[in-house]
Amino acid sequence: MTGGNRRLDMKAKIIITPKKAVLDPQGKTVQDALQHMGYQGVGAVHVGKYLEIELSGSDKDAARKQIDEACHKFLSNPVIEDYKLEIE
Amino acid sequence: MNFAVLQFPASNCDQDAVHAVRLLGHSARFVWHKENSLGDTDAVLVPGGFSYGDYLRCGAIARFSPVMQAVKQFADNGGLVLGICNGFQVLCEAGLLPGALIRNRSLQFRCENVFLKTATIDSPFTNQIPAGQLLRVPIAHGEGCYFADTDTIAKLKVNQQILWQYANAQGELTDGANPNGAVENIAGICNERRNVAGLMPHPERACEPLLGSTDGRLIFESIFHALKSGPAAKVA
Repeated sequence: MTGGNRRLDMKAKIIITPKKAVLDPQGKTVQDALQHMGYQGVGAVHVGKYLEIELSGSDKDAARKQIDEACHKFLSNPVIEDYKLEIE
Repeated sequence: MNFAVLQFPASNCDQDAVHAVRLLGHSARFVWHKENSLGDTDAVLVPGGFSYGDYLRCGAIARFSPVMQAVKQFADNGGLVLGICNGFQVLCEAGLLPGALIRNRSLQFRCENVFLKTATIDSPFTNQIPAGQLLRVPIAHGEGCYFADTDTIAKLKVNQQILWQYANAQGELTDGANPNGAVENIAGICNERRNVAGLMPHPERACEPLLGSTDGRLIFESIFHALKSGPAAKVA
């Protein structure tokens, strides 16, 4: 659906990463591979998720409040993940 | 007894769950994820599979389906709810059980038989399991590594909420017997009230000699026993 006159003025950018205490076998495997390939100085790797959400309107504070709640309730799992939210 | 077996898009152990309950002499029916009510139900099974394609996180989307609101109410009223595999993930995401299930330590999908040690028979899901008897049941999952923070794990231990742990053939909780890296070899837990439980292994696939094991029956028989002897919650 194109949404007619609906204007997509803002964008929420969300980065979700595994909490430090949580086992991250994907990150470890990528780290091992990078080191195996000979890249120097490679430390811990954390594999997470990136989400972009298009938002209509221009009230950034209201958008942040709403998406922050969605991040906490649904988009991330606070038991195992941290998230960073940016609205632009 | 009437069992409600939930069906989400991409549930795939729902048929097995219904089959197992009927095989053991009780009635079971499917309840579609869009239903708002469980109907006349004595116990709920949340089956395995890949609900909603495992999008976002396993169980993350299923937990917001209409039927899960009814399950939450059923559980709040003391009704027995068992989540198997993806069902366990759904119950954790829904907050009905503590913790979360993450990628297997090996990054591999593990499909094999395991031994389970029952940590306590004091639950509606374990009361018929003879002391010391290991259960031989299959697992089939890629994201079954149980995780919870240290405070939660301590609480699980104090309250005897750990029901099943991965063990070797001698019943020892070794690292080698842990198929997914779960904390404390945890295969299944219950909530503090002991009416909601979840486990990654599949007892419904171990109820007939043809399938190689009948040990899964003990878990279902525990539920039947609990329903017969305890006040069953009825939620319309």
